[in-house]
Amino acid sequence: MLDQTAKPLVEVSDLKMYFPIYSGVLRRHTGDVKAVDGVSFNILEGETLGLVGESGCGKSTVGRALLRLYEPTAGSVVIGGEDIATLAPEALRKKRPSMQMVFQDPQASLNPRMTVAGIISEPLVEHTDWTAERRLERVLELMDAVGLNRRFANRFPHEFSGGQRQRIGIARALALNPKFIVCDEPIAALDVSIQAQVVNLLEDLQERLGLTYLFISHDLSMVRHIADRVAVMYLGRIAELSPRDALFANPLHPYAEALLSAVNEPDPNRARRERIILQGDVPSPANPPKGCNFCTRCPKAFARCHQEKPELVEVQPGRQVACFLYEENTAVGSTASVEATELNQQGETK
Amino acid sequence: MPDGAMHVLDVKGLKTVFRTRGGEVHAVNSVSFHLKRGELLGVVGESGSGKSVTMMSLIGLLPSPPAEIREGQVLLGERDLLKISADDLRDVRGAKVGFVFQDPMTSLNPVFNVGFQIMEPLRRHMGMSKPQARARAVELLELVGIPDAANRLNNYPHQFSGGMRQRVMIAIALACDPDVLIADEPTTALDVTIQAQILELVKELRQKLGMAIIWITHDLGVIAAIADRVMVMYGGQIVEQAPVNDLFANPQHPYTRALLKTIPSMSGAREARLQVIEGQPPIITAAPVACSFRARCAHAFARCEAENPLRRAVAGGAVDQNHDVACHWTAEARDA
Repeated sequence: MLDQTAKPLVEVSDLKMYFPIYSGVLRRHTGDVKAVDGVSFNILEGETLGLVGESGCGKSTVGRALLRLYEPTAGSVVIGGEDIATLAPEALRKKRPSMQMVFQDPQASLNPRMTVAGIISEPLVEHTDWTAERRLERVLELMDAVGLNRRFANRFPHEFSGGQRQRIGIARALALNPKFIVCDEPIAALDVSIQAQVVNLLEDLQERLGLTYLFISHDLSMVRHIADRVAVMYLGRIAELSPRDALFANPLHPYAEALLSAVNEPDPNRARRERIILQGDVPSPANPPKGCNFCTRCPKAFARCHQEKPELVEVQPGRQVACFLYEENTAVGSTASVEATELNQQGETK
Repeated sequence: MPDGAMHVLDVKGLKTVFRTRGGEVHAVNSVSFHLKRGELLGVVGESGSGKSVTMMSLIGLLPSPPAEIREGQVLLGERDLLKISADDLRDVRGAKVGFVFQDPMTSLNPVFNVGFQIMEPLRRHMGMSKPQARARAVELLELVGIPDAANRLNNYPHQFSGGMRQRVMIAIALACDPDVLIADEPTTALDVTIQAQILELVKELRQKLGMAIIWITHDLGVIAAIADRVMVMYGGQIVEQAPVNDLFANPQHPYTRALLKTIPSMSGAREARLQVIEGQPPIITAAPVACSFRARCAHAFARCEAENPLRRAVAGGAVDQNHDVACHWTAEARDA
């Protein structure tokens, strides 16, 4: 599927996205919601990177900041050799055709007063000087590509079902021949039997058009199906970034382990096994804990986790983890290493 | 659960119709099922399959018009809930039958603190005094695992997280010790790790309190984790019913089989392509005279077009006792 020589198409380094909090009568800047707090990763050409995590972990914010739908607070996002985060407005506009987005809610992301043809051709009106005939030709071609009947070109979004609406959203994203598409929970609003249709369509299009995807989702079994590599986010930071098979076979970060363990499989024998139940809720990103963001709920946390934030480092070939358990193991003569190893083993024998 | 155990709830031939400007929509079509004491019955189906409407019909939660319950019996103990007066029904709701909804934010009243909302059914149905109700409310919050219960009673719903709010909803539903708890997608709006906490809580509560539960969901994974018995609904009908292990090990209806295959697995070999069920779920505008799944079914044949299949026992059991399915595609038809 992926060849070894593939170059990174998207390179994100130390991306931060803070939303300011103003309070008091003077509306003074009193803090920040650190939605994304120092995230780095690459996406190779033709690859699908899965981005998973629970609500509020910042996964959608990463997707939006990547396309500069938000102005990132810090960091760089290099797509095809240009830094999106600092590009001047006109240059950014020129760049837009190569990067597109498919949104979660196909109901809310399609203008109810526009026809399907109008919706799909809007990017063409904006970014090309094509004639109306040529645009219509392209619209019909796109409708064929996503499996929508051409005869429906003059209908309105409310006349379609959820799955069909998502196809309209995908056709619009494809209109300008993008290289990179951010899919933000594209199947979350759809019924199970329709989800598979949309995921198969996304995979077919990727194969045919050589697309690169960032696939944001909270559905881990679907991510296992579609992604080549997977990044697990927790409270604005990446906990683990691993190839798909390695992650699902043996998650390294304690959060990734708990998250995978919480998934209910449609098989009574597997679904009723002992699982890791995390205590408590996710802390507020406006007031993250001191030390590791996961230390308040981590079953394996030790003293150092409450003091310092672990960085995302490569601990096995191709696998990056932000956790002291693994850092300590490799450090020579560290006092905490014995304890860490023990903890680690306990985790594995459970 | 012994087989002859008493049925807490018996539903027979329930038909619910919505009258809309575009004509009638037959949302529930002759649904019959029972609920045994202490049992957890899972109800699965996609949106529009009639699973929620069925359960809301039972206790008169559907606005009428447009909803109209045409036929059927809902026996809770000796009483037929479809025959009793609105006042009597109000006494049943909350006291005998508890309800937990999908979205805890919209089903809790934002302008009253949670203490008031937990005490309300206690005072109305159980005739408790304020201090009695308050003491019971603290007990209930502790039961559902909310720390610092006595102080939390004074908090408003927005001061709780999603998972905690759903715990409050469960506390309200359990307040009067109901015989039946109906939970409509109670974990769908929650994150997986929080969902795992709530499922664990429900397992615990069942052991402590032993009430019967109807759990509505579209998530077969949740069903696999907690249900004793499962009903699969499609087009307003029960198309398959079985003990949970039977259903997953030996699914009979083509819809159940397809549904299980569309979900990518978390372990084992990764499928190259997902199985799909082509087409859309139907909108039933008249009492069904043919199988409602036929248009999407890989095995449909002439008889499916001519006759709506009735539920028949699978492998010897009696209908509604063990494993039954509503499908013409029998073992004989498969071989032919």
